[in-house]
Amino acid sequence: MQNYASEDRYIKELDPKKHEIALSTEDLHVFYGTSEAIHGVSLPFERFKITALIGASGSGKSTYLRSLNRMNDNIEGTRVDGKIMYRDIDINGKGVNVYEMRKHIGMVFQRPNPFSKSIYDNITFAPKRNGIKNKKVLDELVETTLKQAALWDQVKDQLDQSALALSGGQQQRLCIARAIAMKPDILLLDEPASALDPISTSTVEDTLLSLKDHYTIIIVTHNMQQAGRISDYTAFFHLGNVLEYDITSNVFQRPKIQATEDYVSGRFG
Amino acid sequence: MNDEIKEKLLKKSRATRSEFRGRIISFVCTAIIVTVVVSIFYFVASKGLATFFSNKVNLWDFLSKTIWNPGSTDSHGSPQAGALPMIVGSFAVTILSAVIATPFAIATAVFMTEISPNKGYKILQPVTELLVGIPSVVYGFIGLSVVVPFVRHTFGGTGFGILAGTFVLFVMILPTVTSMSVDALRAVPRYYREASLALGATRWQTIYKVVLRSSAPGLATAVVFGMSRAFGEALAVQMVIGNAALLPHNLVSPASTLTSVLTMGMGNTVMGSAANNALWSLALLLLLMSLVFNLVINKIAKRGKF
Ligand SMILES: Nc1ncnc2c1ncn2[C@@H]1O[C@H](COP(=O)(O)OP(=O)(O)O)[C@@H](O)[C@H]1O
Ligand SMILES: [Mg+2]
Repeated sequence: MQNYASEDRYIKELDPKKHEIALSTEDLHVFYGTSEAIHGVSLPFERFKITALIGASGSGKSTYLRSLNRMNDNIEGTRVDGKIMYRDIDINGKGVNVYEMRKHIGMVFQRPNPFSKSIYDNITFAPKRNGIKNKKVLDELVETTLKQAALWDQVKDQLDQSALALSGGQQQRLCIARAIAMKPDILLLDEPASALDPISTSTVEDTLLSLKDHYTIIIVTHNMQQAGRISDYTAFFHLGNVLEYDITSNVFQRPKIQATEDYVSGRFG
Repeated sequence: MNDEIKEKLLKKSRATRSEFRGRIISFVCTAIIVTVVVSIFYFVASKGLATFFSNKVNLWDFLSKTIWNPGSTDSHGSPQAGALPMIVGSFAVTILSAVIATPFAIATAVFMTEISPNKGYKILQPVTELLVGIPSVVYGFIGLSVVVPFVRHTFGGTGFGILAGTFVLFVMILPTVTSMSVDALRAVPRYYREASLALGATRWQTIYKVVLRSSAPGLATAVVFGMSRAFGEALAVQMVIGNAALLPHNLVSPASTLTSVLTMGMGNTVMGSAANNALWSLALLLLLMSLVFNLVINKIAKRGKF
């Protein structure tokens, strides 16, 4: 892989007066032990928009994404420096209730990971932990979230069956439904369609597009067509740095940085 | 050139011959093992069933009567082979020790896999393995010199009995159940935990609602395995239980188990006598029970796939 000067960057600034910022990072560094995987990334994420994180494998997309709701806390030896601003609070700071924060910043993983419980219990897992006991409320929640995830029609008659019996694409949409059942502000998705066939992929993409009205979405994707299809902004990761951040059409059609151009035209990756 | 290949395709080579030899060897070994197992079953069964067919002990009397004195006969002329005291003793120590060991084992396993998976695991893993490897006579000896006097001082009586047996077995099966529980918890995929944490669940909620729930079959297998060890343990129990073939009135009165009566009586009976056959009946009962434990373990293990 070619080495590009990491000073050569273009990070679009979002004017806070015109764009409501749901989440942003300021000079975020992530270390695994002593090796630094993210070298100071500052990005804003606009509310009710989809931002795609693209870049070659190993460029640090997952590492960065997982820092945003502090999932890296669970990997021993990791350290995250810098600020993650959410509602004017640095959620990377001390004294933050991580469990509460994760209810507002949900995550969907690359590999569909429903619990070996029924479809119904998967969705009500988080609401129940939050103390919602009323059966009627839970029933309604299951229905609305499954409808939002475009899964309701397929599973409404088998809610008490194991989630593991669903197909891969259905499982992933169930995971999305499960995540939005906590009513988060922000949804982080790490290559949610990479383990799926093309048809399931496009249903997941449609689901995400329909969720945009209510959620701020940050999605890691390996698939540049996918980023082009669904995202409003795109950040290009290279060796732990973001080299370009702009509205998606610019990144793909008029990239300002050589490395981005080489990547989106398929010269490495 | 072409003919050479054709010829080779049809000829046996060293590789095919050695494959044939390998198959023969493994077939012979398997056959030997199967023969040995079948003969053991046959031997124990024929000896054990002789009590009922040759010595005319009623099966129901064997299972429900409480007088164990197979050397002498009762008023009907059949040997006094009432095994209920030993059956009760065996089940009592097994169930009690498993009931006490389970929470300790699971708590330790949770500590080793969820709470301190690096440091705690590195320290406790070799410790459990060491404890698994200690011969049972050592546990029995410790039981005899520590547990029995302790029970005597605290609860009175001789100190020998179900309670002492339970305690020794508890310590004995704890490492086994713990290490199998650790395996069960570690088999829970990491992405289950991540899914739960990403939904805002706390660590404890994740352990309780996700990790323990989804490893329940594995944990159950661990406990049943521990029970089957406890049920079959002879030496350590025999050293602390008091060896009185009486129905236990309480936990501190001398009692006995199937295994302890077997080990005590083995050398003191004449092959083919009623007293000897009665011991074989106990052995048959033990064999059948271990079969049951194995069936249960298999049944549970089938349900425990992720
Ligand atoms: N748990 C980990 N421990 C140590 N290094 C890691 C770990 N996860 C990722 N890395 C390293 O961090 C870098 C970025 O990885 P990652 O964020 O997974 O990239 P991407 O998602 O863009 O493929 C890689 O060099 C990878 O080897
Ligand atoms: Mg990744």
